[in-house]
Amino acid sequence: MELSILSALNAERTARRASVLVTTIESGAQRLVKASEIATDPLAEVLDKQLRMAKSAMVEVEGAQYFLTVQAPHPRIVITGAVHVSQAMAPMAKLLDLDLVIIDPRTAFATSERFPGVRLLTEWPDEAIATIGLDGYTAFVALTHDPKIDDPGLEAALRSDCFYIGALGSRKTHARRIERLAAAGFDETATGRIHAPIGLDIGAVSPAEIALAILAEIVSSLRGPRRKPA
Amino acid sequence: MISTDTDILSLAEAWARSGRGVALATVIETWGSAPRPVGSHLVIDDAGNFQGSVSGGCVEGAVVEEAAEVIGDGKARTLEFGVADETAWKVGLSCGGRIRVYVERIAAEKAN
Repeated sequence: MELSILSALNAERTARRASVLVTTIESGAQRLVKASEIATDPLAEVLDKQLRMAKSAMVEVEGAQYFLTVQAPHPRIVITGAVHVSQAMAPMAKLLDLDLVIIDPRTAFATSERFPGVRLLTEWPDEAIATIGLDGYTAFVALTHDPKIDDPGLEAALRSDCFYIGALGSRKTHARRIERLAAAGFDETATGRIHAPIGLDIGAVSPAEIALAILAEIVSSLRGPRRKPA
Repeated sequence: MISTDTDILSLAEAWARSGRGVALATVIETWGSAPRPVGSHLVIDDAGNFQGSVSGGCVEGAVVEEAAEVIGDGKARTLEFGVADETAWKVGLSCGGRIRVYVERIAAEKAN
């Protein structure tokens, strides 16, 4: 491998951008395909599939063997709201190997007693998000029911390319939320990215069941075929 | 697991930049109960130092030996290990699995 290719691969990973190193086994020829270049690559279909599964693999295309070194950033979930549902989400996310960050400026909620071992940021969402950043491997979930806290987070998420955005609340609550976001300049295409009511429809009742429904929807967005751009 | 293997790639870059001869070994295929998943890396330098793992210890010695050849002649090789493979290698995997390992040299940037 050329050192320049290895450097580029490492640089993409450090920047939390996905890429695939394609090695032709027969000839040893190699090329690095960045996530943004996959669609136009001759191996687009298999590259996209392996990237969604975040799995390196040997593939055979038209008689040629290729090894794909897949580098997908570690997915993570950013939540506003140190609430009951996020208390249930934290241990589940750990089992799913998803990093989790909870933002809640209300220090009575965001305590390490309620969230042992969880990264808690007790700043306002716009400040916290400016620090941690949101990207295509981040899911954003708004859970406070309080527009003062959820809305700045949602606005930041809508300006980013988060792979999932969800917001807790009834259809009525969400309709009012869309009105507020529209007033802030977000059109229907933008607000249409928000999953609301949040979570897969499994009839969830308890906080843990709602957490399960949300995480299932996040996994589905992460692993399923990319939604076609509207 | 992921972080470990990606750390290896950073280390491979650092070693190559410091002027060492470096080879990178990657598990490209596994059959049966192989100890390390596809995509696992081992990085080896020209002094025989290595980091990472392709088999959890079973065949590292043989890979390191072959890596010296790869660093020497720059030709990538595909190695196969396992109990079912009787032709090439004596070093088997005690767990009964088989693995294929791709070993390549990290080519230093051409000085102009």
